[in-house]
Amino acid sequence: MSSHSTYDAMRHFADSWALMVMIAIFLVLVLWPFRPGNRAQNDRAARMIFDEDDSAEARHDD
Amino acid sequence: MESLIVRTAAWLGVVLLAMVGIALAADRGFAVHMGIVAAAALVVLWLTVSRTDYAALARGIIRSPADPERYDDDPIRWGVIATVFWGVIGFLVGVIIAFQLVFPALNLSNEFTTFGRMRPLHTSAVIFAFGGNALIATSFYVVQRTCRARLAFPGLARFVFWGYQLFIVLAASGYLLGVTESREYAEPEWYVDLWLTVVWVAYLVVFVGTLARRREPHIYVANWFYLSFIITIAMLHIVNNLAIPVSLTGSHSYSAFAGVQDALTQWWYGHNAVAFFLTVPFLAMMYYFVPKQAERPIYSYRLSILHFWSLIFLYIWAGPHHLHYTALPDWAQTLGMVFSVMLWMPSWGGMINGLMTLNGAWDKIRTDPIIRMMVAALAFYGMATFEGPMLSIKAVNSLSHYTEWTIGHVHAGALGWNGMITFAAIYYLTPRLWHRQRLYSLRMVNWHFWLATIGIVLYASAMWVAGITQGLMWREYGADNYLVYSFVEVVAAMKPYYLIRGVGGLFYLTGGIVMVVNVWMTIAGRLREESPMGQPAFDPAADRPLPAAAPQSAE
Repeated sequence: MSSHSTYDAMRHFADSWALMVMIAIFLVLVLWPFRPGNRAQNDRAARMIFDEDDSAEARHDD
Repeated sequence: MESLIVRTAAWLGVVLLAMVGIALAADRGFAVHMGIVAAAALVVLWLTVSRTDYAALARGIIRSPADPERYDDDPIRWGVIATVFWGVIGFLVGVIIAFQLVFPALNLSNEFTTFGRMRPLHTSAVIFAFGGNALIATSFYVVQRTCRARLAFPGLARFVFWGYQLFIVLAASGYLLGVTESREYAEPEWYVDLWLTVVWVAYLVVFVGTLARRREPHIYVANWFYLSFIITIAMLHIVNNLAIPVSLTGSHSYSAFAGVQDALTQWWYGHNAVAFFLTVPFLAMMYYFVPKQAERPIYSYRLSILHFWSLIFLYIWAGPHHLHYTALPDWAQTLGMVFSVMLWMPSWGGMINGLMTLNGAWDKIRTDPIIRMMVAALAFYGMATFEGPMLSIKAVNSLSHYTEWTIGHVHAGALGWNGMITFAAIYYLTPRLWHRQRLYSLRMVNWHFWLATIGIVLYASAMWVAGITQGLMWREYGADNYLVYSFVEVVAAMKPYYLIRGVGGLFYLTGGIVMVVNVWMTIAGRLREESPMGQPAFDPAADRPLPAAAPQSAE
């Protein structure tokens, strides 16, 4: 295989199968948090940063 | 005792090795760098053998709180100080080179202070020294809080901080000595690159180790952004810097790639430095510090996940837009353009997510200058991520490329977005890290905000006008089909805009100095007596309807 045909084959693979696989993975990842019944978990994740107790008084309690 | 002897011998070995490096050095730059390494190793050697507790002395100097803490905050305190320090240095060098373009005599007629050597000093100081220290410090802060775990490998975390400072000093001194690979935002030579790789892997180990120790089932989204930054920068840094040194004791190397492949590698790195150094981890700051300062959860957690994956999947392909109308294959240029235009959507999604976090608390923009800085940062993020896709369109790029418009675009993003969100994070962190009741002065934060904003407006507007003027003059053909303007005529036309830009930089630097004073006084434990902001005193006498005698406006 000449270097140019290697380049050509890889380029065609990249703009067909590889592109489709990437799009499929991308869609699964971005749609995952939107699946039904996930609202409570998202809300908890968003509020989680306020649970920490960083104040000086709390530090001596534990 | 035995371990002390082993450690002492190891550091002595490093000192001797660096001495050998000086003796065998093929050029001046390498000799100076080995001298810096030897000096750094000597300092560590002294700290190892000395009976004095220098760690305690250092904690005293930076006024570290003495009580045993839930979180390991000392490296973060150092990081805050380093961020402020390198920030002002970087802004200062930027102002100097801006005025060099107006008054060439400021080159000072010696090789070390010419524009060509000072410019990488400025870019690296602001991106890697100011931005990098802010990112390392805030990532260590955020990962501990959101995982409810102390830093894994505390010794390694301190190595990351000090090793990164050594990298900065080697890079900065190298630029002035003329040691450069001439790769945009990746100028340091091969041995400095190797050192950064070691430091960066240690950073990854500390960060992932802390994530692994978490006592919280979910990994908060800010950590996703930080982790992708650490991993991607490692990949970009290694591939872009693949090179073969001319001599193992010399400061010169040749890239592993040639021609257009080398150009694309450089801009694949260069644009992703903008993406994964100046955007993604600063968004991590946004996702933690904006909700914390506003005391409201992020507007939509789902949108933040969507934002994350869209940036990850799209950004990595945008680099070729730096090589429009070059020897790069046409399809690759178009690919870069298309992905850049698509990036507009997730970027604005993220900006809206940040801004809408303030929904229902918009009054805080008036009363809290830190929130105001965050909002301004997000506005500039939105502006820069609209302008970027627009500039990547080939037709627009044919006007804007190689002109000052690009410089204006970069600085709207860097001064507005990266600078403002970092200042806000510094102001958030300082009183908390040093257990102060509040900042020394909130009114000085307000001053900083306005000085920085005026600076950015002067800078960006001057560069827009300059860039479009420059682009139009370069392509102006006369009736006789000759170019109308010679190159030097275009240079002369830039002078007033360069002057305005320099003044804008001066405003921004002044704001930085106000921040130094404020952070310094906060660390020292001082509180400025000042009237609170945005809370007008209630005056019962004025709280009544207008007198009937007053002239009424027509209704």
